[in-house]
Amino acid sequence: MSPFTVARLARQRGLDVIAICDHNSAENVTAVRTAARPIGLAVIGGMEITSQEEVHVLGLFPEDDSLAAAQDVVYEHLAGENDPNMFGEQLVMNEQEKVIQSNPKLLIGATDLTLEDVVQTIHELGGLAIASHVDRPSFSVVSQLGFIPQGLGLDAVESCSDRVSASAEGLPMISSSDAHRPGQIGTRCTRFLIDDPTIAEIGMALKNVGGRRILMEQ
Amino acid sequence: MTLYEIVQSLELEVRAGAGSLSNEVRGGYASDLLSDVLANAQEGDLWVTLQTHQNTVAVASMKGLAGIVLVNGRNPETDTLQKAEEEEIPLLVSALPSFELIGRLYKSGLSGIRR
Repeated sequence: MSPFTVARLARQRGLDVIAICDHNSAENVTAVRTAARPIGLAVIGGMEITSQEEVHVLGLFPEDDSLAAAQDVVYEHLAGENDPNMFGEQLVMNEQEKVIQSNPKLLIGATDLTLEDVVQTIHELGGLAIASHVDRPSFSVVSQLGFIPQGLGLDAVESCSDRVSASAEGLPMISSSDAHRPGQIGTRCTRFLIDDPTIAEIGMALKNVGGRRILMEQ
Repeated sequence: MTLYEIVQSLELEVRAGAGSLSNEVRGGYASDLLSDVLANAQEGDLWVTLQTHQNTVAVASMKGLAGIVLVNGRNPETDTLQKAEEEEIPLLVSALPSFELIGRLYKSGLSGIRR
């Protein structure tokens, strides 16, 4: 998926905002944001971080600095080297749609951060922590840990089904495509009533404060 | 067989729940997915896992398991130890990897299938 393809398809399919959340990496965010700007698509920088329990957590960050800091923490706690024959090339692209690197780290691996550490790291950097695809049988907090630990402090959970309920165990629920391929982009989305496509506004919508909220009708 | 006998024969380190070593062990279950343990472990099972998260204790308590054994010398998190004390769930650690530990448990007469 090239940055331009991601941006163009997202726009074509009616999305206003997307979040780029590669596994344990944020190195393609800038390229997608650059490709998205001329066509009026907002891009939130994030990562899908794997905890030591192999729980996937989405970290969405307010600015480049916090995203870069989160990236540093994750890389520091992520061991292993990628085998491109097994897991494919992990291409990093620049604003000119050029491949600038094949990321050598084992991005499909798990960090040695506990789930609690992951959520805390995201929050310390001002980000939103959303448990990925909680309704899937693998790499979800529910599959790995049976249930959402008390006091974890998640901002929301992500569902991968088309029908979304208002909340799960008292947490707001969003739906998204978890697109790994171009065809999946925009297959599911969440509608937010917000002023701007920022982390602050989305955070308010998740809390249902200040008139910001998740719109339930799809 | 009691948990105490297993602790002795397999040289397990008792990290929490020492007051419940008289628990009768009726079988064994091995899994690192807590959702799977919730679905398939049976009461009285000794649970072999590498997960150190505090949810393991809640799962063991809910299912009435005899105890939890962490493999590969894994170090339980502080809140896991605390919870295990509260819930009186024996939390044991073996230096052995899962395959070896389970093999020895089986040899000592424990089974994963109830007859």
